[in-house]
Amino acid sequence: MLRAENLAVQRGPCTVLADIDLQLQPGQVLGVLGPNGAGKSTLLGALCGELEPAAGEVWLEQRRLADWPGPERARRLAVLPQSSSLTFAFSVEEVVGMGRLPHASGRLRDQQIVRQALEAADALHLAGRSYLALSGGERQRVHLARVLAQLWPAGPGQVLLLDEPTSMLDPLHQHITLQAVREFANQGAAVLVILHDLNLAARYCDQLLLLAGGRPQAQGGPDQVLRAEVLQAVFGLEVLVQPHPERGHPMIIAR
Amino acid sequence: MNPLIKPRALFVALGLLLALALWLSLALGPVSLPLADTLRAALRLLGLPLAGEGLAQTELILGQIRLPRTLLGLLVGAVLALCGVAMQGLFRNPLADPGLIGVSSGAALGAAIAIVGGAALGGLPPAFAPYLLSACAFAGGLVVTSLVYRLGRRDGETHVATMLLAGIALTALAGAAIGLFTYLADDATLRTLTFWNLGSLNGASYPRLWPLLLVTAAVALWLPRRAKALNALLLGESEARHLGFAVERIKAELVFCTALGVGAAVAAAGMIGFIGLVVPHLVRLLVGPDHRVLLPASALAGASLLLLADLAARLVLAPAELPIGIVTALIGAPFFLYLLLRGRT
Repeated sequence: MLRAENLAVQRGPCTVLADIDLQLQPGQVLGVLGPNGAGKSTLLGALCGELEPAAGEVWLEQRRLADWPGPERARRLAVLPQSSSLTFAFSVEEVVGMGRLPHASGRLRDQQIVRQALEAADALHLAGRSYLALSGGERQRVHLARVLAQLWPAGPGQVLLLDEPTSMLDPLHQHITLQAVREFANQGAAVLVILHDLNLAARYCDQLLLLAGGRPQAQGGPDQVLRAEVLQAVFGLEVLVQPHPERGHPMIIAR
Repeated sequence: MNPLIKPRALFVALGLLLALALWLSLALGPVSLPLADTLRAALRLLGLPLAGEGLAQTELILGQIRLPRTLLGLLVGAVLALCGVAMQGLFRNPLADPGLIGVSSGAALGAAIAIVGGAALGGLPPAFAPYLLSACAFAGGLVVTSLVYRLGRRDGETHVATMLLAGIALTALAGAAIGLFTYLADDATLRTLTFWNLGSLNGASYPRLWPLLLVTAAVALWLPRRAKALNALLLGESEARHLGFAVERIKAELVFCTALGVGAAVAAAGMIGFIGLVVPHLVRLLVGPDHRVLLPASALAGASLLLLADLAARLVLAPAELPIGIVTALIGAPFFLYLLLRGRT
């Protein structure tokens, strides 16, 4: 479980994030939404210890995040950044295998986990290829498999933070990816995922946090957050919100 | 680009290549020694109880000249290649060179100060001159590198991009200072300076080998312990942190190892370019970027390549000798261009 209390982040004289209180619960997916520059990635940076908070604290289980020894933390908390700058010709399995570096589970077990994680990200067919020969979307799925492998097998006490994991994916793989994330949460992991697609958020998230200007604008279940007047206020976009005909969750259509 | 060969096959091949390079380096030169005699004498020097009749001259040449020179080549090649791997990992750029952090130019400046300063003082005592030169070169490399490292630090973090630019700036400054010394130097000093800047394994002697042996052993034992961290660093610094590595500490260790290693190599043999750049790149093309294989394989390949380059330096114009830096640049620069052009397609 990851918990942030009264979190704020400053960049120079600007407060880029403030008043954040949140808890990532085991088994739940929290979606973070907001316009460009709303502070979504800053929030993720502060939650994983990459950015020093100006106020407030982040707790992983009963210990302050900064007090965790590196490898022990890495076995509980995995982070998928928005993009990767890897320019070396590792094979796909080697990239995913790096998720196993914090563990000492043995080569055979690691190989098994790498394959399972690749399968979950629908990237098993890429095994054996060079990472550099992949398309942007395929690379994104390989990195998803890497962070899944880092926490594999999912369980309570593990936290997964994902920064726009679907930004480069085709529609089918957007759903496959979020289903894998959903499945991971169902096994007990706590997940935070930054998304831009409101409909994907409505379908796969249990809780939503709507950010604008570094402040939370709305927090709660999809039915509470994804309302026309709230979205109009935050995104400046006029929308219709209707229940999904088959699933019942809110469906957002631009007017 | 899948690995072309399995790690085990590569190690066998590199082991054989190194053995061959060592043998040739001992046997060939102004006086060519029969290969069989060379082997027998070398094994006797290593303490094996073999019959030694008729080997007196061979053993003299080997023991006094060829063996220290060969060992120097072995160590310089290995440590330059290892430091090249460390820098390419640190900068996450397969075309990075150990000279990027200012260690080579700092060492060159240190040596220039010793050479020109010594001449100005009316000549250093000949018994100490080589040691003083080496010590100044080593110190110069450490000083400039620590400056580059400090310039790259901000808020408790090392920014490798800033470090890279600081390295370029300080290299230019050191170049200007060396240029000034070159301008001020008289003819005899100028010759020493030039030879030193081009690198040479000439003048190898056992006392000058020990410090380099110590440093090379330390670097060769330390860097492989950081192989997994180097792999993770290639993903990115934050990614490596998220995988549990103490990234700031590891960056400091990599810079320190390189400053020691390249500093000691330049102090012992002058500036020898391209080994640290080309060797790791070549090995990576063969077996992929995994540092657990890349580090030891690069050490073997670097040692072999430098020994072969030294052979060329000795034999091409024999009995005169080319500075080895010219040979490595002649091999390395076109290869570097080939890599650049190949990446474009």
